Amino acid sequence: MTIRLGGIIAGLAITLVLVLWSLLPGAYSYAFDPAPEQQPSAAFYEHGHGPEGGFSFDGPLGKWDYAQLQRGYQVYKEVCSACHSLKYVAFRNLQQLGYTEAEVQAEAASWTIPGIDPATGDQTTNPGKPTDAFPPVYYSGQGHPPDLSLITKARHDGSNYVYDLLTGYGEPDPAKAAKVGFETPDGLYFNKHFPNVNIAMPAPLSDGQVTYADGSANTTAAMAKDVAAFLTWTAEPSLIQRKQTGWFVIGFLLFATALAFLSYKQIWAGVKPKKK
Amino acid sequence: MSFAWAKQYEPQSAFTKWLDEKLPLPRLVYNAVGAGYPVPRNLNYMWNFGVLAGFFLVVQIVTGVVLAMHYAANGLVAFATVEHIMRDVNYGWMLRYAHANGASFFFIVIYMHIFRGFFYSSYKAPREMIWLLGVVIFLLMMATAFMGYVLPWGQMSYWGAQVITGLFSAIPLVGEPLQVWLLGGFAPDNAALNRFFSLHFLLPFVIAGVVILHIWALHIPGSSNPTGVEVKQESDTVPFHPYYTAKDGFGLGVVLILFTTMIFFLPNALGHPDNYIEANPLSTPAHIVPEWYFWPFYAILRAFTGDLTIPFTGIILVQAKLLGVIAMFGSILIWFILPWLDKSPVRSGHYRPLFRKFFWFGLIPAMAVLFYCGGAPAEQPYVVISQIATAYYFLHFLVILPIISQIEVPKPLPFSITEAVLGKDTAPEAPRTGSVDGGDAGTATDGALQPAE
Repeated sequence: MTIRLGGIIAGLAITLVLVLWSLLPGAYSYAFDPAPEQQPSAAFYEHGHGPEGGFSFDGPLGKWDYAQLQRGYQVYKEVCSACHSLKYVAFRNLQQLGYTEAEVQAEAASWTIPGIDPATGDQTTNPGKPTDAFPPVYYSGQGHPPDLSLITKARHDGSNYVYDLLTGYGEPDPAKAAKVGFETPDGLYFNKHFPNVNIAMPAPLSDGQVTYADGSANTTAAMAKDVAAFLTWTAEPSLIQRKQTGWFVIGFLLFATALAFLSYKQIWAGVKPKKK
Repeated sequence: MSFAWAKQYEPQSAFTKWLDEKLPLPRLVYNAVGAGYPVPRNLNYMWNFGVLAGFFLVVQIVTGVVLAMHYAANGLVAFATVEHIMRDVNYGWMLRYAHANGASFFFIVIYMHIFRGFFYSSYKAPREMIWLLGVVIFLLMMATAFMGYVLPWGQMSYWGAQVITGLFSAIPLVGEPLQVWLLGGFAPDNAALNRFFSLHFLLPFVIAGVVILHIWALHIPGSSNPTGVEVKQESDTVPFHPYYTAKDGFGLGVVLILFTTMIFFLPNALGHPDNYIEANPLSTPAHIVPEWYFWPFYAILRAFTGDLTIPFTGIILVQAKLLGVIAMFGSILIWFILPWLDKSPVRSGHYRPLFRKFFWFGLIPAMAVLFYCGGAPAEQPYVVISQIATAYYFLHFLVILPIISQIEVPKPLPFSITEAVLGKDTAPEAPRTGSVDGGDAGTATDGALQPAE
């Protein structure tokens, strides 16, 4: 009885404190105080939906498009790598994109990796080896270019996000901007798919910027899709292996569970009354 | 087990006879989860979740021990070693995704197990000790899961550690030094990461120990059942093996299908993208949210937005933060007194019309709202909604349950489990020797007939 009485008193006390000191003042200010001002930029943000037709690796039956991954790697190398590192990826991993061992060695050697000369102790650079990771990038401009190894997992719906961001540059609607007094700050660029629409990265891609060896389309949208696919691979190289393993595992489990269900029914057959 | 009709272990071979004399381990297993444990014959699928929780504890320990072989608890490399596991360790991605989603599934099955307990009043005499140990397990799980989430050393790991240890700073006088002592510094860093790793490795084995006590305590009165009427006779029970091993095997298969679907097709759906950004003390994420299984309690923490003041004087008695911390811990600690708050002699919610209404239309919606608001940003209208749900949560356990257990008129109970299942019970009226007379008709429990192992 004491516990119940104490419980009732404590319960009423907690509720009273919550309602009188937190709920009512909060509800009052929510109802009568002016709503907190929205950033003018919020009116310009548009939620993107990724490339038309989606990616080849989407969905449970998705597959890598190796030609696309190789094109995406080319875009990374020729454009993104000026500012963005890729530190969790090693050159040896590129073999997964369909390059031969010799091609990977040649590709690695085309990059310079900072090192120490063992004879003098001076800083030096060496040509890359397959075991090296992509080199760090020293960037002195405005902003802070993130490492791209994990970018498609570090953003919500990351593959589509990267595509949307790369194709979201432009100018704000001038009439709307004048109305809410919105201006893109100096040194930043307008991008309708960036969360606060002001991004430090200038539009990195323009039509025809990269010439693909296989003669594929090199519009901004096509390159954005290719590099988004490549960055999906860098973030999760095991993506397709994972899905394929999943089908095998779930197929086995469906079979095993069906057997478990049948044995459960058989064992209980004599005990359970018939359903009315 | 306690029932007189429980089958006895009979070693067959010379070796098992020898072993049974020296160390009767097979006998222990036989009596715990074998044919020697008579279980009510009418358990529904809600009784699968105890075994499933045990399964996920094993999954977490096995995957966790292997992950620890490849992980380094050092702030400089922790994030990179997790990527090493994902990229270079053979099937490391599978291990890590199994461990991360295993934590989520552990909580899913534990919540089902706990809410089964709420609905069928599994906490009532003679099973209070099972319930109390269960609450201890849940608290240990929460601590373990929190510290495990810090280990990948991503942004949510770091800022989660900052926020959760910051809760202790709300304690008057000793709060700030306590937080510094817990973290081993003024902010989360290597010292915090190291101790969290150490404790994250230790606590699962503590949980396993308490689980053994939980099961031991369960075997004294035996399992509860959906009617809440205690076992009276042999026809009320079936041996755990093969009947419930078969049923649990099927339930395990179903849950494994869901679990592997998450691992192989949606491994990051329950996580937060920010945790793939390495911890950065200089950059605070826009919304710091804990893992989904903490959302209801996080909502209770954030529901207290106003300091408790003496009106018109400006004197602060208790700061809002401390109120929130007390409420959050209190919201789980009140489960410890639940067996004494709800005094209704009827256990099962099926026979309690008033209780059942408050359960389905009060507690469950309140928990759903708290869950949703805990994951939402701390803005209106989520704050007001979560405050109403928080108020209901405390009123439900502390005020409504004690009162309805006084005023409710329960529906008539079946005479026995056999009657509930078959519609008739032809057994002699007098209970047989060794039966456990439960509280089905409000009678006191006769503990004398429940010998321990």
